Amino acid sequence: MLLQSTPPDTSTYMIAGYVFFAVIMGIYLASFILRRRNLEQDLRTLESIQAESRAPVAPPPAKVKAGAKSRSARPAAKRAKPARRRVTRRK
Amino acid sequence: MQAKPTTLKVLDIASILLLAAALYLALIYAPEEATMGQVQRVFYFHIATAWTGLLGFVAAGVAGVAFLVTKDQKWDIVEVAAVEISLVFFLITIVLGSIWARPVWNTWWTWDPRLTWAAITELIYIAYFMLRQGVDDPSRRARFAAVYTIVGAASAPITFFVIRLVRTIHPVIIGGSDPSAQGAFAMSPEMELAFFFALFTFTVIFVDLFWNRIRMGRLATRVEQLKLSVMR
Repeated sequence: MLLQSTPPDTSTYMIAGYVFFAVIMGIYLASFILRRRNLEQDLRTLESIQAESRAPVAPPPAKVKAGAKSRSARPAAKRAKPARRRVTRRK
Repeated sequence: MQAKPTTLKVLDIASILLLAAALYLALIYAPEEATMGQVQRVFYFHIATAWTGLLGFVAAGVAGVAFLVTKDQKWDIVEVAAVEISLVFFLITIVLGSIWARPVWNTWWTWDPRLTWAAITELIYIAYFMLRQGVDDPSRRARFAAVYTIVGAASAPITFFVIRLVRTIHPVIIGGSDPSAQGAFAMSPEMELAFFFALFTFTVIFVDLFWNRIRMGRLATRVEQLKLSVMR
């Protein structure tokens, strides 16, 4: 019994090893979640931009009765204005 | 945006539960090693992360071959996913090994063939991402990366077999160690259970992360395509 040696105390190294593992995995998973969230945000933004650009052209304002403008017609008419300005500038 | 498949959700939960069980087996269930003490418990995760790391590097090489044969961009996404996850796992392997070596070998690092090859492998795949950053054209980038991963995949078997072929101080756990190896030990049945369970757990975690990373790669490709179509 007296000749039997007890194992050395190396628990600090063991803790260091598992803490390192937890930190690296934590950083990787956090970066993973952040990158995915950013990509989802980008996708939503790009899809809305694309949907706006594909929106149907608004009917000419002359056909709409004065004083009875619908809510949906207003933004379309506003969108049409910059295009007209560009044409006049070129002339 | 595609909803997450149920199988992947199950795999996410299974990975967390398996990791908790593997930690229990490694830290509590397995007995303390007589010569090295508590630091030997690092070995369970050291080998498991090494296994998944090398597995991913080989998988990236296979994806590289598939890309060159089919010219399908999906293989490029698979390849990047495999390399990224393996790079993280292999970094953990190297650092855990270094922490284990300090009390056992009395040094943090030595230029032993196994350690040197492991460091070379890690550097090869860090350089892989530098190569990708340096090429703008997506098809050209994918082609270069595919060739690079095929060549780089050779480093994985070399890292694995080097301790079985060359005189080294790194112990071999499965199969006989070199007489000059330091830190070798015989596993008790409890240790074997913790060891094989950790291997299984990290394989499941790898598959789970791999699948999630491939989905993210697809999303990134879609965002890139949308950006181009909006700019036109």
